[in-house]
Amino acid sequence: MIRIERRLEQPRWLFVAVPVLSIVIAFLFATVVLLATHHPPLHTFRRLFDAAFLDNGALTETFVSATPLMFTGLAAAVAFRMNLFNIGGEGQLYTGAIAGATVALLLAGAPSPLVIAAMILAGAAGGALLAAIPGILRAFFSTNEIITSLMLNYVVALFLDYLIFDSHSYLRDTSGFEASVFPQGKTLPDEATWPSWTIHGVVVPLGAVVAVVLACALWGLYSRTRFGFEVKVIGDSARAGRYAGMRTRRKILAVMCLSGAIAGLGGASQDGDFRHQLDPRGLTQANYGYAGIVVAALARYNPFAVVLIAFLLGGLQNAGFTLQGADFPNGLVGVLQGLILFCALGGELFVRYRVRFDRRQTTTAESAA
Amino acid sequence: MVHQHFRLVSPFTVAENVVLGDHRDIGRSFLLHTRAIERRVAELAARYGLAVDPRARIWQLSLGEQQRVEILKALYQDARVLILDEPTAVLTPQEADALFGTIRAMADDGRTVIFISHKLHEVKAVADRVTILRRGRSVATVPAADATPRSLAALMVGREIELGRRNGKHAVGEVCLQLDGVGADGDRGVAAVRDVSLTVRAGEIVAVAGVAGNGQRELAETIAGMRAPTHGTIRVRGRQLDGGDPREAIRAGIAYVPEDRLGTGVAPGLSVASNVVLKSYRRPPASRGPFLMLRAIRELAQSLMQRYDVRTSGPDVPARHLSGGNLQKVVLAREFSGDPIVLVAASPTRGLDVAGIEVVHSYLRGAAESGVGVVLLSEDLDEIRALADRIAVMFEGEVVGERDAQTATVEELGLLMAGGEEAG
Repeated sequence: MIRIERRLEQPRWLFVAVPVLSIVIAFLFATVVLLATHHPPLHTFRRLFDAAFLDNGALTETFVSATPLMFTGLAAAVAFRMNLFNIGGEGQLYTGAIAGATVALLLAGAPSPLVIAAMILAGAAGGALLAAIPGILRAFFSTNEIITSLMLNYVVALFLDYLIFDSHSYLRDTSGFEASVFPQGKTLPDEATWPSWTIHGVVVPLGAVVAVVLACALWGLYSRTRFGFEVKVIGDSARAGRYAGMRTRRKILAVMCLSGAIAGLGGASQDGDFRHQLDPRGLTQANYGYAGIVVAALARYNPFAVVLIAFLLGGLQNAGFTLQGADFPNGLVGVLQGLILFCALGGELFVRYRVRFDRRQTTTAESAA
Repeated sequence: MVHQHFRLVSPFTVAENVVLGDHRDIGRSFLLHTRAIERRVAELAARYGLAVDPRARIWQLSLGEQQRVEILKALYQDARVLILDEPTAVLTPQEADALFGTIRAMADDGRTVIFISHKLHEVKAVADRVTILRRGRSVATVPAADATPRSLAALMVGREIELGRRNGKHAVGEVCLQLDGVGADGDRGVAAVRDVSLTVRAGEIVAVAGVAGNGQRELAETIAGMRAPTHGTIRVRGRQLDGGDPREAIRAGIAYVPEDRLGTGVAPGLSVASNVVLKSYRRPPASRGPFLMLRAIRELAQSLMQRYDVRTSGPDVPARHLSGGNLQKVVLAREFSGDPIVLVAASPTRGLDVAGIEVVHSYLRGAAESGVGVVLLSEDLDEIRALADRIAVMFEGEVVGERDAQTATVEELGLLMAGGEEAG
C-alpha cells in the first residue's frame, strides 16, 4: 500500500536535495530517450550545456531568452505569494509592449533617456491597468482571478493582431509596398533603443539590469515593509488579515496591479531591448507569460531565485534553438526541455508530501469481510 | 438523518434530489424515470403534509421548503428511524408548527423520530419521551408529559460542584462599552442578533451565556467590527463607532479573542513573532514609517512570550505548530499588549486542557483587575459562574435576561438559555 501524506515539517536539506535529485533523474530519463533515438547522450548534454552557457556568444543569447522570463517570473511570484493567482502575465506583457511602443513612436526625436524612461513607465502602467480588471473583480465581486486574468490574455492577443494585421493603426508600418504585403509594426526610433553593456563579450541588456534591481526591491518590499507584512498575512489567512484591521480588498488590488506592472515592464523591455517594433508573432509565440509561472513556481516565489531560474531556463531555451538541425529534430529538443521541467516541478511534491510504503496486516481480514 | 445544514444539490429539482443516493428499483436503472419519481414524491408529500413542488429547483426554495425536501428524501427511502438535528433552527414559527404536524404523522405511521433541540417548549410540544444529554453523556430520560421546562432545565445544566468564584465586590469604574439596540445579520443573511443592549463597566466581567448558535458569535464579531451592525449603536467610553470596521474597533481600544483561534486569531503559516505584532505592526516600535523593524519585533515577541509563558522553541516557529493553549496565550499576549479598554473573549477556553483553561481564566481576571471591561461569551455555565460579575443570557439573538452572578441560580440560567419563560 502506497500512501502520500503531507509533511508536517519540511526539513531544510530537502530544499537542496530535491531539486538536485530532480535534475539528475531528468537527465537519466533524457539518456533513455536519446539512446532510443540513436543519439549519443553525453555528447548531446555537452552540446546542450555549451550552447546555453559556454560557447562564444551563448551567454548573450541566453540573456535574450532570460530577460523576459525574469519579468514574468517576478510578476507571477509577487501575486502568488499572496495566494493571488495572476495567470495574466502573458496579456499584461502584451499591453506593456503596446504601451511602450506607442510612447516610443509618439516621443520620436526627444532625448533618448527621456524616451526610455517614458517607455518603462508606460509599459508598467499598461500592464497594471490590464491587471486591475481581474483585480477589481476579485477584490469587490469575489470573481475567480485565475479565469478572468487568463481570459484577458486571449483578448489582448487578438487586439495585438488587430493592431498590426487587421487595421491601419498608428503602430503598423504602412510606408512601403513590402509592408503592405507583409504587415509588421513600425520600426521604433533610435532614441527608443535601450542601452546594453558588453562585459567580457557578453551583452547585458538594460532590461536584465532593471529586472535584477526590481528583484532586490521586491525582496525588500516583501520582507521589510508593512505592505509586505500585510500581503503575507492576507495570503496566509484573509480572515486573520481582516481581524487585524487590514484593508484586504485594497491590498488585493494593489498586488494585482504591481504584478501586472512588472509583466508590462517586461513588454516594454521587449520593444526597447530586443525587437524594436511591436511584433505580434514573436510575442505571442514565445509564451513568456506562461513560462514565467513555471519560473516563479520553481523559484518558490523568492525574487532572487526567480532571476536565477529564469537565467537557467533561458539557457535551456536558447540551447534548444542551437541544438535543433538536420540531425537533431526540433521535437526531440522539446522532449528534453519538457523532461527537465516535468521532473523539476514533480520534485516539488516530495518537498511538501512524503510517500509511505506500508504493508497492511488487516488486508486478509478485510477481503474476507 | 436530516442534517441541520442541508445536503441538497441546488441546481437539481426536488424529485432529483429525493432519488439521489437511492439504489432500489427506479434508482437502479440507467434511465431516470422522471415522471414516476415525481408522482411518488408528490404522493408522499401529500400524505405527510409536506407541501413542495417536485419539479421546483432547490435554489428556488425557502429554507423551510428545503427542509421538507430533506425529510421527503428520508421518507422516500422508507426510513424507519428519522433523526432531525435542530430542525426548527431555520424555520418561522408557522413553519415549525407545520413540521410538528408532519412529525406526528410520521410517528402515527409507526416511524421513530429522534428530534434534537435545545428549545424546551418545542420538546414539550412534539415529544413523547425526552432524553437529556450533558457533556456527551445521557443524564436522564423522562416522559414529556410529566416534564416541566423547569425540571428539564435543571437536568440540562446539572448541579456541578461550585468552582472557585470571584469573591468580593470589585471596584467598578465608569462605563467603557455600551450597546444600544444592536442588531446584526448572520452568515445566511437572517437576523442573528436582535436588539441587544448591554453595558460594561471598567473592571467588570460581563458574561454572555447561551446555547451555541443563539447569536453570541455574531454579537462578538459585531462589537469587534468584523460584522456590520444593522441596527443600534456601539459606544466605547461614550464615543460612538461606525461599526463594521475592525481597524476602527482596534483603534477605539476593543481587544478581541475570537472563537476561531487558528485562521482568525492568528495567521497559522506565519511565525509567532509576526502574529504577536499582527495588530501593532503599524506603530513604532514594530515599524517606522513604511518599514518593519524586524529586530524590534523579535525582541517584543520574545519578551511577551516570556511574560505570558508561551512554550515554543522560539519566535520564528510557525504559529500552526503551537498547541491550543500556547496559541491562546499568543492571542491573549497580543490583545493585552495593545492596552485595551474593552476585551471581548469568545469561547476562549474551547478545546483547551485543564491547565490551559486555568491560565486563560487567570488572565481574564487579571485584565478585569487592571480596569479592562471584559465581555466573556461562553456556553459553559461553570466557567461563567467562576468568572463573571454579571450574566446576560442570549436566546435566539436576544438578551432574554440579565442576572447578578452572585445571586443567579443555575436552574434559572438554564431556563433562560433554553427559552423558558422569564422566571420572576
